[in-house]
Amino acid sequence: MPPLPPPIPLPAEFAALEPFTDWVLASERERYAKRLASSMADMQAFYDAAFPLLERATAYLEQFPLSDLPDAERNLLLLMMSLVMVSFPVEVWKQARVPDSGAAYLNVVAEPRV
Amino acid sequence: MPHFAKPAEGSWTEHYSELGTGPVDYTDSVDPAYYETERAAIFSRTWLQVGRAEQVPKTGNYFTKELTVAGTSLIIVRGRDGQIRAFHNMCRHRGNKLVWNDYPGEEVKGTCRQFTCKYHAWRYSLEGELTFVQQEEEFFDIDKGAYGLKAVRCEVWEGFIFVNLDPAAAPLADYLGDMAKGLEGYPFHEMTEVYSYRAEVGSNWKLFIDAFAEFYHAPVLHQKQAVKDEADKLFQVGFEALHYELHSPHAMISSWGGMSPPKDPNMVKPIERALRSGLFGPWDRPAISGLDPLPAALNPSRHKAWGTDSFHFFPNFMLLVWAPGWYLTYHYWPTAVDRHLFEANLHFVPARSARERLAHELAAVTFKEYALQDANTLEATQTMLKSRVVSEFPLCDQEILLRHLHKVTADYVKEHRDATASAADTAAR
Repeated sequence: MPPLPPPIPLPAEFAALEPFTDWVLASERERYAKRLASSMADMQAFYDAAFPLLERATAYLEQFPLSDLPDAERNLLLLMMSLVMVSFPVEVWKQARVPDSGAAYLNVVAEPRV
Repeated sequence: MPHFAKPAEGSWTEHYSELGTGPVDYTDSVDPAYYETERAAIFSRTWLQVGRAEQVPKTGNYFTKELTVAGTSLIIVRGRDGQIRAFHNMCRHRGNKLVWNDYPGEEVKGTCRQFTCKYHAWRYSLEGELTFVQQEEEFFDIDKGAYGLKAVRCEVWEGFIFVNLDPAAAPLADYLGDMAKGLEGYPFHEMTEVYSYRAEVGSNWKLFIDAFAEFYHAPVLHQKQAVKDEADKLFQVGFEALHYELHSPHAMISSWGGMSPPKDPNMVKPIERALRSGLFGPWDRPAISGLDPLPAALNPSRHKAWGTDSFHFFPNFMLLVWAPGWYLTYHYWPTAVDRHLFEANLHFVPARSARERLAHELAAVTFKEYALQDANTLEATQTMLKSRVVSEFPLCDQEILLRHLHKVTADYVKEHRDATASAADTAAR
């Protein structure tokens, strides 16, 4: 059997989000790719779990210096960045892709580090 | 009846009477010969914006810039004297590209004490002097002083680095003129948290400038981005800018933007309400000085509903300053008559908390959703323009910046063609 991947820790009070840690992704490119590869049902489930915790998460993360987040807190921030990413399909588009965007693409080539 | 006052002539376009009001010929976006003239007449002679001073904060910091449109590659570097210089990225020995990593066509950045050519190890100082020739004794009385890197004009305005391939060009400040002068003092240098985007787009470079130089399209093309009631209202009302100003060859459009924050939170999506951010950026201004009062060029009509100003610096640089205190740049680098490289950079005051970081993230994600819709119309337009079934198109008053762009381009092209013809004429006599 292949070894299990190392667990992705979240702060204890956000344990409810553990089923969604595959959305802990360090770059926009990965988050956008996962969005395009996900079903609406999967994104809806993630949104429904994460959105109600967004306010609590931002308040919780205020206690830590942004430039030096511990692993679990960094994961929580990255997870909320994925929530931002799926908010468009869930709240507006009802599909993963931006409508009327066809073959157009726009790659992020640099972004602030988390 | 306009919602916002127009000039006494009745329209912005007639206020600038040199523009005319007739249909505009878009052959300039599909004709290969015209494109070749643009390369010589415009991109080899005007000031091109290639980077920010923050990209090279210290001595020895450098980056390269591929200027395909002008047929060269540049090195931009900060010297030991603190000055930022630009050089053609070319070794004087036998012309090898001097600075590149694995792929010669890819731009690179880094820090060094000197530049060393991969080929025969010739070395150049940060100021461009040839300092070392491998096996110098094998050469024939080589004068190292005569083989420095070929310098390119390089000047900095408010931290924006510009280059000009024409050694005889007027100084940058003269070229940028009054429009730029009115922006001086804006705290661009504080906005160092950057999101950079890039795409190759299958259209003439001017078509994407066209797309971002008018918001007449916004309530239609981006209709689905807003919540339903708001979208319907926007579509019904249409778009009118607060103000336009031409400072040829440059121009600006000032636009309202009541979404940061919105009057009624129900106008916006749940994620925007939760993170207090959206297309116009974070609703809460960063705690820096320089945003109040704003420099004179911003919000020129002094309207309380002001949202953003877009400044187009000819030929291919757009600078958008947003009411909530951040800025965005666009560059359109032609690679062929029907292709260009599009670059966008979002600049925020660095986030101090996760909340601010998420607000920036939402603005950045939203920007991309809109830009993808904008980009996708371009290839469709290019294909149909290329058919030349129709070449002339009526532009409305809200498209004055497009009319101006195509006219200024035509003026540069004509001047160049006339000068070339008269030089050929003189040579023939």
